[in-house]
Amino acid sequence: MTVLMDVRSASVYFGKRAALVRALHDITLQIKAGERVALVGANGCGKSSLLRLLHGLMRPSSGVVHTQAGLRQAMVFQRPYMMRMSLQANLSVGLFLQGVPWRAARAQSLQALQHVGLAELAGRNARALSGGQQQRAALARACALAPQVLLLDEPTASLDPHAKHEVESLMQAFAAGRLNPPAAQGPMTMVFSSHNLGQVKRLASRVVYLENGSILADLPVEQFFDSVTLSADYPQAYLFVKGESP
Amino acid sequence: MHSFSDSLLTALSLIANMDASLLAIVLRSLAVSALACALACAVGLIGGAWLGVARFTGRGSVLTVLNTFLAVPSVVVGLVLYLLLSRSGPLGFLGWLFSFKAMVLAQAILVLPVTTTLTRQIVQDAQAMHGEQLQSLGARTLVRSVLLAWDERYAVLTVVIASFGRAISEVGAVMIVGGNIDGFTRVMTTAIALETSKGDLPLALGLGIVLLGVVLFLNVVISALRRRGELGSSAEALAQLAPPMAGKPSAPAVGGVV
Repeated sequence: MTVLMDVRSASVYFGKRAALVRALHDITLQIKAGERVALVGANGCGKSSLLRLLHGLMRPSSGVVHTQAGLRQAMVFQRPYMMRMSLQANLSVGLFLQGVPWRAARAQSLQALQHVGLAELAGRNARALSGGQQQRAALARACALAPQVLLLDEPTASLDPHAKHEVESLMQAFAAGRLNPPAAQGPMTMVFSSHNLGQVKRLASRVVYLENGSILADLPVEQFFDSVTLSADYPQAYLFVKGESP
Repeated sequence: MHSFSDSLLTALSLIANMDASLLAIVLRSLAVSALACALACAVGLIGGAWLGVARFTGRGSVLTVLNTFLAVPSVVVGLVLYLLLSRSGPLGFLGWLFSFKAMVLAQAILVLPVTTTLTRQIVQDAQAMHGEQLQSLGARTLVRSVLLAWDERYAVLTVVIASFGRAISEVGAVMIVGGNIDGFTRVMTTAIALETSKGDLPLALGLGIVLLGVVLFLNVVISALRRRGELGSSAEALAQLAPPMAGKPSAPAVGGVV
């Protein structure tokens, strides 16, 4: 499989010497085309920092992050930012910023809204939508950019169960390439962080477990949830999984 | 010497009768301050928005200087501008001293730090909350600052009003560079100062009332605009809570979770 992202010995530190905070430490990770990678771990373990590092929103203090030349990527955040304008305009701005002419951007954004079932709300003020609708719109905004890699930072964390279900369905559909715009060319590679291990089981093909900014386990999803393997080789990750509510 | 009530009554009658001299002064004041505010906003809103997003070496020093300029007394601005615009000054060739243009320039200089600093703070707060998401969409520094300023437009509108308020209520700078020439550079604040010193309290009080009225009007406008924005959002939210019966439910066009 083609390597789309390659992180080598990357560390990220915040602050200055007196109050240095380690966000990520010696991360080595490859993201290959078609993978669905879940980042799991306790709060503050570095999941969001790793996603930001992969998306180029953060620079490594040491080490390197290589991405395939011309790689298209987009990111969805836990609390999506919708500007004080119509839903369609919000999506159009994203496309316009990528160089799509405004008129075409509006047409494409309407199509993207249809994919996520929000076309009838296209003219509404995006700020007035519910959290679930905003997250679906954020997914549509990201996917309208036809990314090869979609990064999602706890996309369902602040949603009610119904909205969670809707967003998860969309993530599956996009990952399978069922709703992608023509420019996306096939299934989307997805890297997402989640606290919901059930969701990880349903969506991921590979699981990366982080603790204190370091990767402690990087396994195919079946192995990660195989308690025998996990407890023997990755005791910390096993303890984390054991905390999963039934 | 007029008593306060006599002065007030005479002032109100001047306003009610649209006294020509009072009207001329009021219109000149509005023109000077509106132009000064427009100039300051053209530079200050974009500059402040950019400063709210951009990170560069020396940014802290720039902000410190800007914050310092917030407290510069208007007479100091007037004095410096007087020296620059006087015949022997470096800008003397313009011939702007004791002119409408000089007053506009003085007020624009006074207002610029207010516009820039307040806009910078608004956009910086918005950047801290949402900047990363715009960045992830491909918005670079300038585009991001413009988008964030636009998104915070109701707050930015308050900055514009505050700037206008600062401009129209200023007296020291326009007195020095305008010269308070009757029918030419006399504005509300300089006229109030002059008429009070002459003992013509009704005109001074009339101008004071108009000045207050202008500021009050602006505040009413800004409140109405803000309320309109907030009501717009609330109405949308309510519409969401009670969708029309005939409307289709908004569900994603995909299957359920496996």
